[in-house]
Amino acid sequence: MISFLLRRLGSGLLTLAVASVVVFAVLEILPGDPARLMLGLNATEDAVQALRVEMGLDQGFLVRYFHWIGGLLSLDFGRSYTYSVPVLDLITERAAVSLPLALISLALSTAIAIPVGVFAAARRGRTADTFAMAASQFGVAVPNFWFALLLVYVFAVWLRLVPAGGFPGWHAGLWPALKALILPAVALALPQAAILARVTRSALVEVLGEDFIRTARAKGLPQKTVLWRHALRNAMLPVLTILGLQFAFLLAGTIIIENVFYLPGLGRLIFQAINQRDLIVVESVVMLLVATIIVINLLVDLSYAIVDPRLRVRA
Amino acid sequence: MNPWKSAAAAAVLALASSTAAMAARADLVLGMPLEPPHLDPTAGAAAAIDEVLYANVFEGLTRIGSRGEVLPALAESWTVSDDGKVYTFKLRTSVKFHDGTDFNADDVKFSLDRARADDSTNAQKALFAAIDTVEAVDPATVKVTLKTPQGAFLYNMGWGDAVIVAPESAGTNKEKPVGTGPFRFDNWAKGSSITIVRADSYWGEPVALDKAEFRIIPDAAAAVPALLSGDVQALPNFQLGDALPQVESDPRFKVVIGSTEGETILAINNKKPPFDNLKVRQAIAHVIDRKAIIDGASGGLGTPIGSHFSPANDAYVDLTGTYPYDPAKAKELLKEAGLENGFKTTLKLPPVGYARDGGQIIASELRNIGIEAEIIPVEWADWLKQVFTEKDYDLSIVSHTEPNDIDIYSRKDYYFNYDNPAFDKVIEELNLTSDEARRKELYGQAQKILADDAVVGFLFELPKIGIWDAKVEGLWENSPIQANDLTKVKWVD
Repeated sequence: MISFLLRRLGSGLLTLAVASVVVFAVLEILPGDPARLMLGLNATEDAVQALRVEMGLDQGFLVRYFHWIGGLLSLDFGRSYTYSVPVLDLITERAAVSLPLALISLALSTAIAIPVGVFAAARRGRTADTFAMAASQFGVAVPNFWFALLLVYVFAVWLRLVPAGGFPGWHAGLWPALKALILPAVALALPQAAILARVTRSALVEVLGEDFIRTARAKGLPQKTVLWRHALRNAMLPVLTILGLQFAFLLAGTIIIENVFYLPGLGRLIFQAINQRDLIVVESVVMLLVATIIVINLLVDLSYAIVDPRLRVRA
Repeated sequence: MNPWKSAAAAAVLALASSTAAMAARADLVLGMPLEPPHLDPTAGAAAAIDEVLYANVFEGLTRIGSRGEVLPALAESWTVSDDGKVYTFKLRTSVKFHDGTDFNADDVKFSLDRARADDSTNAQKALFAAIDTVEAVDPATVKVTLKTPQGAFLYNMGWGDAVIVAPESAGTNKEKPVGTGPFRFDNWAKGSSITIVRADSYWGEPVALDKAEFRIIPDAAAAVPALLSGDVQALPNFQLGDALPQVESDPRFKVVIGSTEGETILAINNKKPPFDNLKVRQAIAHVIDRKAIIDGASGGLGTPIGSHFSPANDAYVDLTGTYPYDPAKAKELLKEAGLENGFKTTLKLPPVGYARDGGQIIASELRNIGIEAEIIPVEWADWLKQVFTEKDYDLSIVSHTEPNDIDIYSRKDYYFNYDNPAFDKVIEELNLTSDEARRKELYGQAQKILADDAVVGFLFELPKIGIWDAKVEGLWENSPIQANDLTKVKWVD
């Protein structure tokens, strides 16, 4: 187990190192000058040059790369070109929205998807199954932009139960902050739940056909126990894989939902930073996400071992 | 009715109405599509900076009013020497910055010198180029000496980029702006909103609002429900597009279509063959169907223009008839230029609706006279690099939003690559003239030269689409400069 962890740690660090070079180089080729972008069409060349010097953009590629890497190692992410505040502050502010939002929608989608998937698998081929799968098909197909707006019109404009968007900040209190996250979490959870339910169902259907299930039934175990204890546990591997991927997506890939609800999340931070060529922010956020995904994958792998004892031996 | 009861009822009523009067709303939430990158108007071109801070938090020596006029601000009055070179400003006394420090002539000297210094990062540094010296004569008097007379000097001092800052806070204004205006900065929740509150120490007439919040709503589809749900009470300048009719019919809101200073043009690289040929540019001008472009790219809102000048300005001359829409004439002109078989070209479009949609319409019109324009979508950073800086383009569409910026056509090496000594002479004289009547005449001449030369394709003036609660009064209808001046805004019943 320890050697497994060490190996994973090593490969994780290597991935990070490679990612840092790729990210930095890719952004380097991206056309556009952050200083000119900031000062606009009417600015004189000497004013733009003065800003370049202020931003440290007059230095060479390697100097800037090692400066950045050196900073990262000491947890100094540098200062944003546009906002001119420490990048770390920006990321923590945004993560305070994105992380809870991702966790809530993940919990929501799991709470919907697993029971629906199990229910459908247990009644495979029957009306209930057909109905559940049709509903999930709908959930996959519906554009989440449209679904989000629908939620806004019903719950914010018509019923006035929640705000139409925005985030008051956690300092405004737990309830107002959570209230602002409910609709976006639902809008994000629905398509995720639909996918997850389908994966759960097909994994479970496969497991239900195995010999050990027949044996369990033959032993006289009640249907419930067979389904939830024996079958579901064995069907968990693909479900966990999908969950891991979904969590990574929910952290930063939610730009559309963040726009509809004008939430100050990580997705919008990256989007805005790319547009404004706030390269240092893009680089740092991307590195942070790479690191997060490595950790999530590690956790998913570890959870395989918990779910499936056979993998513990191999690991 | 029992007299006691009616007296009590009257008292209750009186109390209720007086509390209602006292409780007249004094807060306003405004939606804006773009977040300012920082909050220092003297160090960035983003319109969003001025839209939050101009006239609200920061003030200059002069200020621009809702009709584009120059008004006194921190300078109470001024005199100009006979040769037009020396401006003596009499400053208001007992003005304080929001951090409690006093405002005086030293702050003016500091601000103007900072803006024109070698290491200045002022986005409009050219505004200060004519200044030779700035002298603080006494705490309430500043003498500015110009190298040459400058007709627009007082106007220039009213720009957001020329606001007065204090040496104590200039370095931190990006994060925590400190000005002299009727509102002081309160809070910036990045990515979310910026809040300003009434400054009790203000020298002038106090504002009616206690508090104003600018909420960042990047998506027009999200802005409408925000307005309908009451979360946001004003969208002072929002390109709502297809969502506009939805609020237009709602009596709870006022929809106010005004004009901006944004001349939307089809930029042409004047040095690149075949565009160096006047006939080719005239041919292009003849296939510009302004009505179709306004309908297709701006939801039918916007005023056609025939030169680089705002129709809202007094000196505007209508030149839209110079080269009327006439494809047959355009074909003829191409033939005269020896290009009867047409040619291939490119059209680089930045990521804004008016450019992307307008580009489709123009490309199809060009195709009709044999010009194959390949549409190349670019993002802003790319546009700035390729088109604006490197001038690596044939055609492009963009809106020039700075007020009174006709002089850009006289700039050497500007991206139009236009060079006409006759035009430069007019601009030069304009710079030296302060007589209003003569300036108007010169502006007219300048517009005419650009129109005749078909320097670029003049399309339309970008509209300002404002929507706000019908009970809100005092927001600007037009935007002669980029600002949301809240000094006169109040709720009425």
